[in-house]
Amino acid sequence: MSRPEHLAPPEIFYNEDEAKKYTQNSRIIEIQEQMSERAIELLLLPEDTSCFLLDIGCGSGLSGSVLEEQGHFWIGMDISTAMLDVALEREVEGDLVLSDMGQGCPFRAGAFDGAISISAIQWLCNADKSHHRPVQRLYKFFSTLYACLSRTARAVLQFYPENDEQMELVTSQAMKAGFYGGVVIDYPNSTKAKKFFLVLMTGGNVPLPKGLGTEGDSNGVDYAKRERVKKQRGKPLKSVKNWIQEKKERRRRQGRDVRPDSKYTGRKRSGRF
Amino acid sequence: MKLLTHNVLTSKCIRGVTVGYPLLIKATNVKVSEVEFKPDFVAKVLPKIEWDVLANAAESLGHWQNLPKELPNNYENDTDFLKKIHRVLLEVEVIQGELICPESGRKFPITNGIANMLLNEDEV
Repeated sequence: MSRPEHLAPPEIFYNEDEAKKYTQNSRIIEIQEQMSERAIELLLLPEDTSCFLLDIGCGSGLSGSVLEEQGHFWIGMDISTAMLDVALEREVEGDLVLSDMGQGCPFRAGAFDGAISISAIQWLCNADKSHHRPVQRLYKFFSTLYACLSRTARAVLQFYPENDEQMELVTSQAMKAGFYGGVVIDYPNSTKAKKFFLVLMTGGNVPLPKGLGTEGDSNGVDYAKRERVKKQRGKPLKSVKNWIQEKKERRRRQGRDVRPDSKYTGRKRSGRF
Repeated sequence: MKLLTHNVLTSKCIRGVTVGYPLLIKATNVKVSEVEFKPDFVAKVLPKIEWDVLANAAESLGHWQNLPKELPNNYENDTDFLKKIHRVLLEVEVIQGELICPESGRKFPITNGIANMLLNEDEV
């Protein structure tokens, strides 16, 4: 997959053409909305109260619209004027600020009840200009973000790390700035549905929520043991039913839509058909 | 740019600026647009608002509507008061103009209601 960060800096890459995709392409819109909903879920905001949130890399305001639906008020910051123009066109409720997150979040201390960011912070790992230092820009971003959040607030940042080093770099800079937390991975067994959420907390260290599609990970050791015993006995005969159930389980782990198992699963049709 | 945004916006990202707050508003075009009134949100956000900053900003735009100079107590159930504040915070919008950093005098233009807070490389 090509990575937009390698093509051009964000203020150039997100031009009018690219921005248009974010109003017309229903697939992009759907994915962005799903990720925003998941990010808000991970924010753990108090129920039924409107909060004051920051959207980092708000772009055309797709994530903002999801925030509005849930009754929150937001301020969005983005570096691309073309994307912000689209947001204006869509008449979003939130307020917009043209700003580079690598230069810091230009807000007063303790202003926000939480922050979300959808597919933005991987841009910080790139040096688009000769004077850019990714480590410094990441640190500046996280330290100013830490400052502008209130004390029990969380920040949930969905991003696409290019490799393990990038993930390590981003997380270590966030910890250096004073955040607790880490990366929650949804659907780790799927290449397509796999999503990384950096969940950052300003208050005490609370255990991280589990990623979706990771049930049963804790008994991975048991599984391996059983497998070994099975192998010693020779390969078991695979019935149709077993095969179907295994396949369904695999696809469930990838986060796909799978029909629930019933007593009819993997059974032959009755003679009447 | 709404006045709620102005109330939290600073220019502290400029190198050498320590507080950078409050930013001065010079507006050439101000619009008032209808926004849905959510009393619980206004009541919740009020304790975080710098009241003097809001008062000065709104007064300079001519939209203060004779609100008190100090935040009164027991405003949670005073719907009239919350409505007025809602108007000041969310409905009054600066469309064209500029923000001025109180320490360095750096100007940030506001176009189409979007404040441009981008800095040059020598200012970071």
